[in-house]
Amino acid sequence: MIITCPYCGPRDLVEFSYQGDGNRTRPDPASTDQATWNDYVYDRINTAGDHREIWQHAGGCRVHLTVVRSTLTHEIRSVALTRDAGHRRSGGHRRAEAGDSTGPVSGSAEAQP
Amino acid sequence: MAEYSAFALLKNALSGNTDWKPAWRKAAPKPSYDVIIVGGGGHGLSTAYYLAKEHGITNVAVLEKGYLGSGNVGRNTTIVRSNYLLPDSIRFYEHSMKLWENLSHDLNYNVMFSQRGVLNLAHTPAQADDYIRRGNAMRHQGGDAEWLSAAEIGRRVPGLDVSAKARFPVVGGLLQPRAGTARHDAVAWGYARGADRRGVDLIEHCEVTGFLREGDRIVGVVTNRGEIRARKVGVAVAGSTGRVMKLAGIDKLPIESHVLQAFVSESIKPFVDSVVTFGAGHLYMSQSDKGGLVFGGGLDEYNTYAQRGNLPLVEEVMSEICAMFPAIGRLRLLRSWGGVMDMSMDGSPIITKGPLPGMYLNSGWCYGGFKATPASGWAFAWTIARDEPHAINAAYTLDRFNRGVLIDEKGQGSTPKLH
Amino acid sequence: MSGRRSETGGLIDRSRTVRFTFDGALYTGFAGDTLASALLANGVSLFGRSFKYHRPRGVLTAGVDEPNALVTVLKGGVREPNIPATMLEIHDGLSAVSQNRFPSLAFDLGAVNQLGGKLISAGFYYKTFMGPVIGPLKGTRFWMLCEHFIRRAAGLGKPDFAPDPWRYERMNAFCDVLVVGSGPAGLAAAKAAADRGARVIVADLDQRMGGSAKWTDDTIEGMSAADWAASALKDLTGRQNVTLLPRTTVWGYYDGNTVAALERVTDHKAVAGKGEPRHRHWVIRAGTVVLATGAFERPLVFPGNDRPGVMLAGAAARYAGEFGVLPSGRVAVFANNDGAYRAAAALKEAGADIAAIIDVRSDISAGARALAGRAGVEPMLGRAVVGTAGGKALSSIRIQSYDAATGAVSGEVRTLDVESLLVSGGWSPAIHLASQAGAKAIWDDELQAFLPPESPGSWIGAGAFTGTFTTGGAVAEGQAAGIAATGGEVATAVDDTAEDDIDLRPAPVFEIRADGKAFVDLQLDVTAEDVRLAHREGFVSVEHLKRYTTLGMGTDQGRTSNVPGLAIMAEAQGAPIPEVGTTRFRPPFAPVSIGALAAERFGELKPERLTPMHDWHVEQGAVMYAAGLWLRPQIYGQPGETVEQAYVREAKAVREAAGLVDVSTLGKIMVQGPDAAAFLDRVYTNVFSTLPVNKARYGLMLREDGLAFDDGTTWRLSETDFLMTTTTANAGKVMQYLEYFLDVVWPDLKVHVTSVTDEWAGAAIGGPKARDILAACVTGTAVDNAALPFMGIVHGEIAGVPVMICRLSFSGEMAYEVYSGAGHGQPVWDALLAAGKPLGLVPYGLEALGTLRIEKGHVTGAEIDGRTTARDLHLDWMLSKKKPFVGSMMMDREGLADEDRIKLVGVISLDNRPLNGGAHIVEELDRDNPRDSIGHITAVCYSPALGKYIGLALVKGGKKRHGARAYTSDPLRNRFGPVEIVSHHMFDPEGKRMHG
Repeated sequence: MIITCPYCGPRDLVEFSYQGDGNRTRPDPASTDQATWNDYVYDRINTAGDHREIWQHAGGCRVHLTVVRSTLTHEIRSVALTRDAGHRRSGGHRRAEAGDSTGPVSGSAEAQP
Repeated sequence: MAEYSAFALLKNALSGNTDWKPAWRKAAPKPSYDVIIVGGGGHGLSTAYYLAKEHGITNVAVLEKGYLGSGNVGRNTTIVRSNYLLPDSIRFYEHSMKLWENLSHDLNYNVMFSQRGVLNLAHTPAQADDYIRRGNAMRHQGGDAEWLSAAEIGRRVPGLDVSAKARFPVVGGLLQPRAGTARHDAVAWGYARGADRRGVDLIEHCEVTGFLREGDRIVGVVTNRGEIRARKVGVAVAGSTGRVMKLAGIDKLPIESHVLQAFVSESIKPFVDSVVTFGAGHLYMSQSDKGGLVFGGGLDEYNTYAQRGNLPLVEEVMSEICAMFPAIGRLRLLRSWGGVMDMSMDGSPIITKGPLPGMYLNSGWCYGGFKATPASGWAFAWTIARDEPHAINAAYTLDRFNRGVLIDEKGQGSTPKLH
Repeated sequence: MSGRRSETGGLIDRSRTVRFTFDGALYTGFAGDTLASALLANGVSLFGRSFKYHRPRGVLTAGVDEPNALVTVLKGGVREPNIPATMLEIHDGLSAVSQNRFPSLAFDLGAVNQLGGKLISAGFYYKTFMGPVIGPLKGTRFWMLCEHFIRRAAGLGKPDFAPDPWRYERMNAFCDVLVVGSGPAGLAAAKAAADRGARVIVADLDQRMGGSAKWTDDTIEGMSAADWAASALKDLTGRQNVTLLPRTTVWGYYDGNTVAALERVTDHKAVAGKGEPRHRHWVIRAGTVVLATGAFERPLVFPGNDRPGVMLAGAAARYAGEFGVLPSGRVAVFANNDGAYRAAAALKEAGADIAAIIDVRSDISAGARALAGRAGVEPMLGRAVVGTAGGKALSSIRIQSYDAATGAVSGEVRTLDVESLLVSGGWSPAIHLASQAGAKAIWDDELQAFLPPESPGSWIGAGAFTGTFTTGGAVAEGQAAGIAATGGEVATAVDDTAEDDIDLRPAPVFEIRADGKAFVDLQLDVTAEDVRLAHREGFVSVEHLKRYTTLGMGTDQGRTSNVPGLAIMAEAQGAPIPEVGTTRFRPPFAPVSIGALAAERFGELKPERLTPMHDWHVEQGAVMYAAGLWLRPQIYGQPGETVEQAYVREAKAVREAAGLVDVSTLGKIMVQGPDAAAFLDRVYTNVFSTLPVNKARYGLMLREDGLAFDDGTTWRLSETDFLMTTTTANAGKVMQYLEYFLDVVWPDLKVHVTSVTDEWAGAAIGGPKARDILAACVTGTAVDNAALPFMGIVHGEIAGVPVMICRLSFSGEMAYEVYSGAGHGQPVWDALLAAGKPLGLVPYGLEALGTLRIEKGHVTGAEIDGRTTARDLHLDWMLSKKKPFVGSMMMDREGLADEDRIKLVGVISLDNRPLNGGAHIVEELDRDNPRDSIGHITAVCYSPALGKYIGLALVKGGKKRHGARAYTSDPLRNRFGPVEIVSHHMFDPEGKRMHG
């Protein structure tokens, strides 16, 4: 399998570390809804088909990539920097020092190559 | 149907082997059953067998989309063991071991279970303590485990590098003498024949494409061979659990599908007797009766439903086996294959009633499903027949993840690729 | 077939005689011979014994499809079993022996198995050997007794245990076009692609490139095929953009056009060249793959078809054309297609004595008739071979009339004396690699073969691979493939008209049913009757057939048997062949040496990680201990000391004076940026944003699921810079965990993390004299309690080296971690030792480190084992209630909050005997029937401070049991004894010593 890292170009599977399902949304850290947390930590849609997932270019630039890849054929449909992928699978975090709730983070790109 | 025996072999040989009958009927689906088992693999077939044998429920159909035993029961490294750490695991796998020990007689089918021992090599004193903890856990629950010194291991497994100059010297090993290997296909065929002899319909090339529902309740399945109704529907489709459960509207489960590769060398005269595992990596090896060295390692570590793996894992596995057996470099790899595993979030299985009324789920075997085949079917049959789990599978619920009652043998948490 | 060397011809080098031995007898051949060709030329016909019945077997093929002629090579003092004689190039001194026979190849006791033939038909194992249900052989015992003998009888070659003396090598390669196969199609493709400027790699499993061009009598572009191939190869050899890889088997087609190939670099040499590996494992990333892998000829299945002397017609033509070896004696040809006639004609013209052509068809093409004429025989049409005779070599065949429509044999049996029988049952394209790549084969009724599907673009087929069996067609398809693979437009349709006007479509005949054993899989002794037995018993799908009969499971991977086996099953079912199915091929295409795939990791599995002070430790006689990949000093033993004496001495010295330990292996991560403190607040359970600059704090991380993950101290070096330390074992995992949160979950945080584990050398000095020692060697800073309070950080110099010192303690003593640049670790270490020598400073290893931490009840990986919670380890004081953190919402779930979970305690041996890690704890001791474990011991030592053997344990209920008596139960080591369960804080629970 070859994944094209936006920074490093096409690289072999051996350089990448699979970081799992990219469809999950991390709840707002302040959320106390246990069911939401359980769902985030344990439940997977486990798609048979095009699967959105996170890979880290661990043997290269160490950036995280959002890859859409067929779990039936392993064909890779798209690769994007997770920071840029509109994939902020996270609720915002209450900043401990300021206490300002940022709410869910938008998908705006702030990553610099 | 005739019993198999040496006498039957002789009698049939004399008549030119023309009188043998099919090992099981090619049944056509009836409109309804008491129980439908989706999945004609090892676990589905053994469930059907024990439903009939232990619970007298014979109006049962096993639906298989391909041929019987085409899933992981036919693509594994055939290891049978119960050398687990945690009480819930030991209880279940010990039960399985006891069923294995009498399985050929029970089925009147030689599944070739050979108790040649499984030996886990430890390479540091800390790892030795860890393995001894596990062996002691087994002993405290009535299992068998022994600790071998490096010298004893050297005598038992000639060819293994037990020298101090090895990159990861062997300091000892945990042996489970009753563990071993079985002929994987024979397990599927033996259960199939046994279930068939008790009246179960085994329906091959019958793919479930949907579930029949009345309100919330599952009342049957839709297949490429028509609708089939049932009072109870059990799902035992390792590797396809995600896909099949989606047909029932269950979109998420604590499971990811991953591929595990396995390898066989060319056939050679006896090279290794026990099953041996490597503690400084992830590798297990045994030798089949035909002479091939059968071995495997870790997962490819990405979600997949394709029964194909990739090269980095192949190279990793070959590197580790060479580290264990320095003679093996010149032997040759003959075949490889991949099986799709239901990797659960704590590495332990699920055998439970639900998640919908009328439905029962058997899944999450990670890569330990083969050795579980007898107990899995036995416990699943119990759960289906009585609508409650047996003590051996009471812990294997679907809600244990949310409740935090985890059975995490490897202590890796909700990262399925690491289990 | 045995053979004889022709006077001329072949690509062997007749000027160079090669001497070798087979089963101890000395033979000669020519350079360029295979063992098979050389032995055939010497008149040898018996090469081996079959797997199950131990029947004598000869050579069936001339290549990688060989099922019979497997030998063991003795080289380098070791045995290499199962090498096909057809792929083994001879060299001076080569020594090969036959396999699976005892005591000798000619007289094999195992042949007694033939007497039980019907008894040991397919699947017989499953029906017997179950044994008695009671008595000493109940359960699995009877089977295991039988199995003991079955295992010895099974297996092919005999291995040995001597370490493999060879070296293997891995090579990464990249190309625009990888051409697999160098026959006419492959060479044409390579040329076309290379002409268009592409980077091209051509791989071929044979020693000489050229494929069928090496032996066919066809012409290409007006010259003989062999000349054409030679000139094409010469042309390609000279090009910068072309790499030719002979002796290279492409065996694996993985995702993303990643292709694996094995090059046999020195197997054919008596002495390897300097630096040459035995095999080279090529990993080729190709833009496009051209599959020009040819086709395998199929034999016909008929009684006695396994006798030495029976060979594929194409193989005989190849032996003649490539090796100058002709079949000896009178030769018969038996076929269902016109192709075999070309072999007959070519062999006749090369000097062979063609006695007959027997054809199952009642009518043949004009071209075939003409070829028969060239072969000098009138073909016997509508006939079939129904039997063979001869002991270890063919002496005669029996022929009867045959009705191809019904498969019936009838009429008078005619016996023909022949020494060689050349058979041809059609051709099967070598679609294995395409199948590996995911292609589904399509049955072609015309060619009676599985063909590859349309090209998906990632690979393009050419030549016999696609079912184009003519040389001209192959060249044209190859050219087209080479152009298409480089993005060019190809318009011309391929002209696949046979040169001799012959009909390449075989008759759909696979088996002649008559009396006697007819073999489908020659290597594993699967007969046509076995296939029918499988059908009778319901094992009808292709996978069931394979698994029940073992058809196609041998080292030849069923190249000559798959399709005949399917055809026999299809006939039994009354179904067309594709309904039975075809096997999906998986890697490897042909067997590959395991060592080659390990390559540079063979003997060097993983690198060792060494600290900057490693050499010093070794010089001091430290016993080194593997901690993951790191090597760390276990003890610095003195002469005559036991391990326990050494660590007790070292630990005592720390408590009484001072000790120095190498902590360079701790994970170290720089966490930097304006949001660094906020980030740490999220990933640690406790608060770091309140930590002043130049102070450190102990931190705990949980996993997302709320269980304990890792601990360590983190040092605030400035408002925006933190140095985080992790446990040695988890350094990599923590780094990935931080990166994941920063990149995926909270990309809004302005934080960067950098692993600096290898940048710093770390030395921890602890003990009552530690401060005095530091004061004696540190310049540029004070180290007194005011300047360097507990958890304080200062910067200074030791031995002229800038250092960073943090006062923190793992041992419970007043202690300091001194970090310097990794390259300067040794001088700092030396200076600390020198300064401490007058005060009794000793270096200490992991055992003493463990002892000190056990006395203090500090946890490590043995307790943070992925199954324990912060509460289990009494670290709940670190769980901030003021802020959410990773795992905070998951850590209190019912299963994790259960009071009955196993929790950290201390244990003290009450019989003054050592405790053992991994021992369990029980309330009531029962040595014979151990049961009811309430926990286990995680770490043990002799505590010099307490004068007792102590340990840490995880025990159900934890604190509730403090003061209770229990027992260790360790049946594996047969050690049992009384213990007292106590608090895990066993020494200086108030921590006076480290604060002092």
